[in-house]
Amino acid sequence: MGFLEVSGLSRSFSGLRAVDGVSFSVEKNAIKAVIGPNGAGKTTLFNLIAGALEADSGEIRIRGAAIQNLPPFRIARHGVSRTFQNIKLFSHMTVLENVMVGRHIRTRAGMGQAMLRLPGSRAEEREIRERSMEMLSFMGIAGLADQEATSLAFGKQRILEIARAMATEPELLLLDEPAAGLNMYETAQISDLITKIRERGVTVLVIEHDMSLVMNISDDIVVLASGKKIAEGKPMEIQKNEEVIRVYLGDEDA
Amino acid sequence: MKKYFPIAALAVFVILFQAAASLAGREYYLTQLTMAGYYSLVILGLTLVMGYAGQISMGHAAFFAMGGYTAAVMTTHDLAAGGALAQAAVSLGLTVTSTNAFGAKIIHFSPWVSLAAAVVLTVSVAFLIGIPILKLKGHYLAMGTLGFGIIVYRIVLGTHLFGEADGISDVPEFGLAGGIAVSGDPASRVQNYYIAAVMVILTITLLLNLVDSRIGRALRSIHGNEEAAGAMGVDTSRYKLSVFVLSAVFACVAGVFLTHFNGGIGPSQADVMKSVSFVAIVAVGGMANLWGALVMGVVLNFLSLRGYFGSYDELVFGGILIFIMLFFPDGLLRAENFRGPAALLDRARSVLKRGGDNGIS
Repeated sequence: MGFLEVSGLSRSFSGLRAVDGVSFSVEKNAIKAVIGPNGAGKTTLFNLIAGALEADSGEIRIRGAAIQNLPPFRIARHGVSRTFQNIKLFSHMTVLENVMVGRHIRTRAGMGQAMLRLPGSRAEEREIRERSMEMLSFMGIAGLADQEATSLAFGKQRILEIARAMATEPELLLLDEPAAGLNMYETAQISDLITKIRERGVTVLVIEHDMSLVMNISDDIVVLASGKKIAEGKPMEIQKNEEVIRVYLGDEDA
Repeated sequence: MKKYFPIAALAVFVILFQAAASLAGREYYLTQLTMAGYYSLVILGLTLVMGYAGQISMGHAAFFAMGGYTAAVMTTHDLAAGGALAQAAVSLGLTVTSTNAFGAKIIHFSPWVSLAAAVVLTVSVAFLIGIPILKLKGHYLAMGTLGFGIIVYRIVLGTHLFGEADGISDVPEFGLAGGIAVSGDPASRVQNYYIAAVMVILTITLLLNLVDSRIGRALRSIHGNEEAAGAMGVDTSRYKLSVFVLSAVFACVAGVFLTHFNGGIGPSQADVMKSVSFVAIVAVGGMANLWGALVMGVVLNFLSLRGYFGSYDELVFGGILIFIMLFFPDGLLRAENFRGPAALLDRARSVLKRGGDNGIS
């Protein structure tokens, strides 16, 4: 059984079946890519897994535990973290503070402890800061720690979003188009980062349009079209799959 | 430790101001400063809700009034003629006997009991109102909390128990410990000034600690991007509710203390315009700026209480709110607004051209 199991997952928007009976699984510590033409339902699939949307039917299991339709903050506590296609950083907060929010679920101090600044909460605060700085170093943006997050260059914002998600110590990382809008150099950087993240024992599910990135890093690929899974397999198999070629390049009828 | 330097500076300023006022024979200034101090507790709590968590409340005067009126009713209502419940309260030691302005002896609840009751009442109401109302966002949340404020105002104004338009007077002093009491007695003016100062210093210390913690960052993350905050595991509805309730408690405690200090309370304390002035002061203070809110809270309330705004009082606070929302939707006292006159002019020009955006999400 896989680490993440999606079975028969469906979600419609006023009659349009955005995700339609999709099933697949992701093995522990694998990198799996979700590809498909625009409107195939990739982001909807992600939002269902992360709890941002409720499923009409189907199941999502992490380590065997059903998580479908839980609110996002509960799913995060199951070890699932994510980035967003349209970057959603915390405005009015620094780069470091953004990552420190990622430590939220790994820390305990309550309102009373925080207000009285008891020794326990002080030690915890120090640890949050240290771990977050470590994460920034790991992602190669430690030098930007005190900058306002939303003032960073676009590429750095994408890296910061991944850093923030990684600070939650996820077991499953959902990356929604991490290379969108990036140049070739930055895309290569992201590709290296994803490989390094996997080496830390994290399972990665990534939506991506950049085929060189997808073919380069993923162990497995799921192909969606019009909400349905049309293929699944190794990158080499997907490249040769006729159905996939047809949806991507179109056929005479299209 | 660096963080506690401004607090020490505040304490020194409090002492210097008192010394100066006493030396100059102007101790009556301390009375309005004491009142302004209590209002600042409401404003500091509201800063947490508005500036940090990004949720507006146009009804915080209601929580202040809940504190004040609970204290006023429970410490002026004579239990001597009461039934079994009143006798039970007496035998449990929850009551004290004092003499009112007409020289009559009355048995009433101890101010400590009424303080506890006020807090319990406020927490319950803030909790019950908060659950549905905090699901709203932006303008809708503003209208929802405004509606709540109006309801409380009308209840206060129309209920015999609350003295209707006259309010409740003759509220006894609140003996804290060792002869120190919250009271309006001119002889204890200096003492009361220090009680209020201690409350303010205590509150700002607690809140400065809170905003510089995982909880504070969680609140700011809700303001920064609510969806991302949830995805990072922050239980956004729970935090919005907790901070709303917490700020209501500060407002309630302020209401209890100020009512004992003033020796009474009237419906104007629950007025919606009070809530508007609190919101305006948080905005002038820089939204997510506890020190700014405190300084503005004390200064503007002091000026207002001394009558400098005359009958234009409501106009001043309304005008401030419009000005801030138009030109400084993120709040006035912020570092980025003080990079020189050129930047300010630039800002004014761009706002006039394209219209302002609302800083509260």
